[in-house]
Amino acid sequence: MSNRAVTKETTHQVNLTSNRIRKGLSNYWTLSILVLIIAIFGVIEPRFLSRSNWLSTTTYMTETMLLGISETFVIITAGIDLSVGAIEGLAGVVAALVILKTLAFGTTLSLIFGVVFGLVVGMLVGLVNGLVITKMKITPFITTLGTMGVATGLTFIFSGGTDVVGLPASLNVIGNLVVASWFNFTVIITMIVLALAGIWLSKTRFGQYTYAIGSNAEASRRAGIRVDNHLIKVYMLSGLIASLSGILLLTRFATASPLTGANSELNAIAAVVIGGASLFGGRGTMFGTLVGAGIISVLVTGLVIVNVQPYWQVVAIGVIIILAVWFDQLNHRPS
Amino acid sequence: MEPTLQATGIAKYFGSIRALEHVDFEIYPGEVVAVLGDNGAGKSTFIKILSGVYHPDQGEIRLNGELVRLNSPMDARKKGIETVYQDLALAPQVDVTSNIFLGREMMRKGLLGKIGFLDRKAMRDQVKNMLGQLKASVKSVNQVVDELSGGQRQAVAIVRAVSWGTNLVIMDEPTAALGVEESAKTLELIKEVKSKGIPVIFITHTIPFAFDVADRIVVLRLGKSVVNLMTHDTHMDEVVQWITGSKSVENNY
Repeated sequence: MSNRAVTKETTHQVNLTSNRIRKGLSNYWTLSILVLIIAIFGVIEPRFLSRSNWLSTTTYMTETMLLGISETFVIITAGIDLSVGAIEGLAGVVAALVILKTLAFGTTLSLIFGVVFGLVVGMLVGLVNGLVITKMKITPFITTLGTMGVATGLTFIFSGGTDVVGLPASLNVIGNLVVASWFNFTVIITMIVLALAGIWLSKTRFGQYTYAIGSNAEASRRAGIRVDNHLIKVYMLSGLIASLSGILLLTRFATASPLTGANSELNAIAAVVIGGASLFGGRGTMFGTLVGAGIISVLVTGLVIVNVQPYWQVVAIGVIIILAVWFDQLNHRPS
Repeated sequence: MEPTLQATGIAKYFGSIRALEHVDFEIYPGEVVAVLGDNGAGKSTFIKILSGVYHPDQGEIRLNGELVRLNSPMDARKKGIETVYQDLALAPQVDVTSNIFLGREMMRKGLLGKIGFLDRKAMRDQVKNMLGQLKASVKSVNQVVDELSGGQRQAVAIVRAVSWGTNLVIMDEPTAALGVEESAKTLELIKEVKSKGIPVIFITHTIPFAFDVADRIVVLRLGKSVVNLMTHDTHMDEVVQWITGSKSVENNY
């Protein structure tokens, strides 16, 4: 091998290493920001690091986290799902109404009916999303903007525009159950769903196709992947997890408000983007979304606890989203 | 010896436009045949017929002596005809191994495999082996394709094409987007594929490349296969004359 070739090899090696470092940074810089925010709040107000604040932060976080899981799957396929918040509200109201109508069968059975109907409704909206996107060839943005309207409208129609009340007290007991002093019931469910979603996305063929389709749909099609079918499944999964979030909120408050989920999709999308996913598809992880949802939730409870108007959270998230995308672009310049 | 693929009297019309009038073509195991021709000569149409994108209006295709109908690109692939397209059809954010196995993933054994778990280690090992066999230089099989050079991407696409009990590989201008060094590597890869006994149809605009790797040159002109030349019996000027039409069957004598 000539000297020149050796030098070239070495340069390449160095480039690879620096690439790896940069990649490592982009994976963990958001995590560092999360740690930094927690540290700052902790110094200003030690109460921030208390068990009770941990409980309220993690419980608050479940909604953004679950919708973020939905959105992670969808965004990796280069799609977007604006209807997750509306699905959440619809599922809550449907579940509540079904519980009320079936109370005659006994509380346990009525709760089961409610949960099943709520989940099915979410999956159905997801199915409609998937079908419209793949068969009618409407972009995900417009499709889910439309179904967001439809689902929100239906929520108000079904509930008559008011909160659905009079649900069994046992619902509330489950929803506010704290396990081992540190974990709310809804947090445990969310952690299980997050773990399953993370494994599903990174270790299975389903996850592989999700990345491949988002990265290059035409190549996936040529490789024999049934792209349309897969996308329909992804949107159904998104609807399913969003409706689970609606049902968990129902257990916490034992009341279904038709306003539940309004604008929640924006926090979810923010969490996914802060977590390093690309809106152009092909990139994103559940771990990243966890960190993103963490940042958003810590900002809310932190600002409250240090007595700053919580509306600053909205401002801070806006800034962080832009920084996150900017940083991401620096690291993934088109070659 | 029986040809791997034999196409006789292929014609294709798009409305009133005659894209292909009469193409005869055959290729034998372990042979590299370059298909040359000017723009609009019918190269693309012919390749799309062989890869199952179009159906010929006339003519027949035999694969290992058997009359076949290629209903779709998937159908052609199932019959062992792999096409490396100019755009390579790779997923840039996905790693090398997953790209090579895209659509044909290896699953874990037992229950985990049944519910969809991938056997990444087995796939990685096999890809290392495949890359080694073709002497393709890709640093890590875990790299995402986005981080590879143009030539390395080409190598990934070629390895993917030849790794599946392939009868025939079609390469549609594989060097079009590559620099000199990378083109040379791609030509080496084609030779490696040939040495495995897999015939290669090589479409190119760069005549010297055809002379470098091809055993035979078939020239298309105005939708017809006008000549079939053994590379060692001809020279560049003659090939150019056939391509431009200054030499033809009518004024050959």
